[in-house]
Amino acid sequence: MRRSAILLVSVVLASAVLFVLLRLLPGDPANALVSVGADATQIEAARRQVGSDLPLFQQFLRFLTDIAKLDFGVSFVSGASVLREIGDRLVVTLPLTLSAFISSIIVAVPVGILAAVRQRTWYGAGISVISQLGIAVPAFWIGILLVTLFAVNLQLVPSGGFPTDGWSAPIDSIEALILPVATITLVMSASLIRYVRSATEEVMSSDYIRTARALGATLTGALVRHGIRNGAVPVISILCIELASTLLGAVVIERVFALPGLGSMLLLGIEQRDYPNVQGVLVVSTMLVLIAGFAADVIQRLVDPRLRGRVSGGAS
Amino acid sequence: MLRSFSIPTSLACCIKLGIVGFFASTTAFAPSLHAADFDANASINIGSLYEPQNLDNTAGAGQGINEAFNGNVYEALFRLSDSGAVEPVLAKDYKVSEDGLAYIFTLQPGVKFHSGEPLTAKDVKHSIERVTGPDSKSSRKNSLKGIASIETPDDATVVIKLSARSISLPYNLSYVWIVNDSGKDLKSAENGTGPYKLGDWRRGSSLSLARFEGYWGTKPTNSGVTFRYFTDATALNNALLTGSVDIITSVQSPDSLKQFQTNKSFTVAEGQSTTKLLLAYNDRVAPFDNVKVRKALARAIDKKKLLNAVWGDRGLVIGSFVPPTDPWYVDLTKVDDYNVESAKALLAEAGLKDGFTFTIDTPNYDPHPLVAQFLQTEYAKIGVKVNINIITANEWYSKVYKAHDFQATLQEHVNHRDIVFYSNPDFYWGYNNSKAIDLVKSSEASMTTDEQTGRLKEANTQIAEDAASNWLYLYPQIVVSKASVTGYPVNGLNSQFFTSAIQKGGK
Repeated sequence: MRRSAILLVSVVLASAVLFVLLRLLPGDPANALVSVGADATQIEAARRQVGSDLPLFQQFLRFLTDIAKLDFGVSFVSGASVLREIGDRLVVTLPLTLSAFISSIIVAVPVGILAAVRQRTWYGAGISVISQLGIAVPAFWIGILLVTLFAVNLQLVPSGGFPTDGWSAPIDSIEALILPVATITLVMSASLIRYVRSATEEVMSSDYIRTARALGATLTGALVRHGIRNGAVPVISILCIELASTLLGAVVIERVFALPGLGSMLLLGIEQRDYPNVQGVLVVSTMLVLIAGFAADVIQRLVDPRLRGRVSGGAS
Repeated sequence: MLRSFSIPTSLACCIKLGIVGFFASTTAFAPSLHAADFDANASINIGSLYEPQNLDNTAGAGQGINEAFNGNVYEALFRLSDSGAVEPVLAKDYKVSEDGLAYIFTLQPGVKFHSGEPLTAKDVKHSIERVTGPDSKSSRKNSLKGIASIETPDDATVVIKLSARSISLPYNLSYVWIVNDSGKDLKSAENGTGPYKLGDWRRGSSLSLARFEGYWGTKPTNSGVTFRYFTDATALNNALLTGSVDIITSVQSPDSLKQFQTNKSFTVAEGQSTTKLLLAYNDRVAPFDNVKVRKALARAIDKKKLLNAVWGDRGLVIGSFVPPTDPWYVDLTKVDDYNVESAKALLAEAGLKDGFTFTIDTPNYDPHPLVAQFLQTEYAKIGVKVNINIITANEWYSKVYKAHDFQATLQEHVNHRDIVFYSNPDFYWGYNNSKAIDLVKSSEASMTTDEQTGRLKEANTQIAEDAASNWLYLYPQIVVSKASVTGYPVNGLNSQFFTSAIQKGGK
């Protein structure tokens, strides 16, 4: 209940901050609608249309009322419903983000544990070096490399874009997401591996593992029985942050792969000073991030009984 | 071609709406395959960087809507062909009264809208009034303000009466989409008479057009087209390389052309452009109100070197605002040719022997920042110091275009026939020479195109002699396609991209 209230207040606060920041930018949103050669009447008509002729306070009131009604309005530029467009784009961004997130966990957890357990072997060191490299290399560069290799040269998968009819041809849609998901997975798992490795190392040096081993358990047995649960708590927090940054950071990947997702909608909205679109995307993204934090919190409590007595905590 | 403004698109578009240009013998379309070699049911995928902002060209839709809809979904009484000629489309023929103040148009018979309703004179009246009405944001609004009344004596006849002679009326009408008068919201839907009707528009991704079976004219040589929109030029190039798109409407990076030129699977077509890059001064303020200073600044720039740095061996230095494809083009490159010594001498004559400092408001997208740096280096040679102020397209519109709060700015103008901008002293650059203004204005009242051309040539020469702005170069227009795809327009005038003659090999 308390967390739900925090979630609600966070959404409202984030929207208000956003409203102010957007209006601090130089230039008038009506500019997006007029062209060279426009006369004073045309400019005024455009200002009336986007509401930038109203006093700021009135714009703010109007904005808050709409948020309360979950009415994001219509785009200044296209006249299309913002909520509907967000829905259209979420069907690209959510599968992209979630698939990349799940594949990163599948890659990072075993590899990270292996790197910790076998840290003194050549492949333990190799994993550390490669994951460090993965963190250092920008995502768009990895994306371009993958496109050049697998799309342009080998022609195995599409280089970018998303089927024009969305998910009605699921195979095509999945093909379109292979390289973007691979790119995010490579980048995200690189940093996750390091977190998993360090959490595992910490667990390995703990008293309870030493005790378990003294009682005759193998290292693997002790880690599976006692280590994973303990090591998971900090990793879940990191996972939540990674999920949030992937969701918001998808804009770069969406651009490289020409995907019509939430990130590109945000970018276009900012370029066109399309306030309703920008506000809508940010409010929805904030909600998704807060929900992810909420979920991380719940999972942590399930994993670690010691946290259940606490009123609040976790990742958000 | 775009060079948009985020406003990008809208500015460019409007800029783009412009001129006639009777490019006499320019190749209009890429050569066609033999009739038997193409698949009439093929669908064409067109890659573009210019997604429309909405679907209504009177509602600030940007240049992308001209690319997708002009001549494809909507038709006008006339059209500007890819070779620059003004050709009748929905106007079967027309007569002009002796005093030039009344135009009587007879409409094509048997034309239907996509909704099935027949085209009538009332639709034409409604369509023109949509463009000239108070809510219209069309950039052609001003050029149609000489229309005094529109009468519709019968369903097939439209009479337009003018308050003053306007030899460009048919040309200006080529920008007026004929829409059905049933009052549909055209920002997200359409009701035109063109060879295609709107299929599906997925914002941020694609816009598809399907062949309209009830079309009155020549049927398209494909079953439909899909414009796929990209924000990143490399992603667009990759889409062509991997076969996701068949054509790129306008390549903006010369570096990316090599991969297509060296591969026989692709065709690279270079057509005519009307996009000019210029350093516009604020001619109202000192020292730019002094013609000698402006001429000195024009002579201090090695424009060929600049063009080569940006476009390699493509594009053209033109020495004025008028490209060779306009009938009133005059080669004025010699008026203020590159000459550093003469530039210094002119500055000294203007009392600025020790140079001066000024700021160039520079849009933050390519190629402007690079060009600003080039100018900075060139001007240093004559003792002029340049500060570069990088601004967004939106700021440019507020600060430069509306408030005239600038010394100099870089901007690209893509319009046809936009020499008329120099006849408006209130335009952002504030050029004000009564002789040039009179010539441009009187050209509109000409009785013949020769008379009009003569006056505009004279105006163009005067504007160049005054070095009203510093015209740096004319962009090339480059279309790349799969070798099996032909019949597309190569000039892209007014951002148009007629698709109905596009053929795809395969049958």
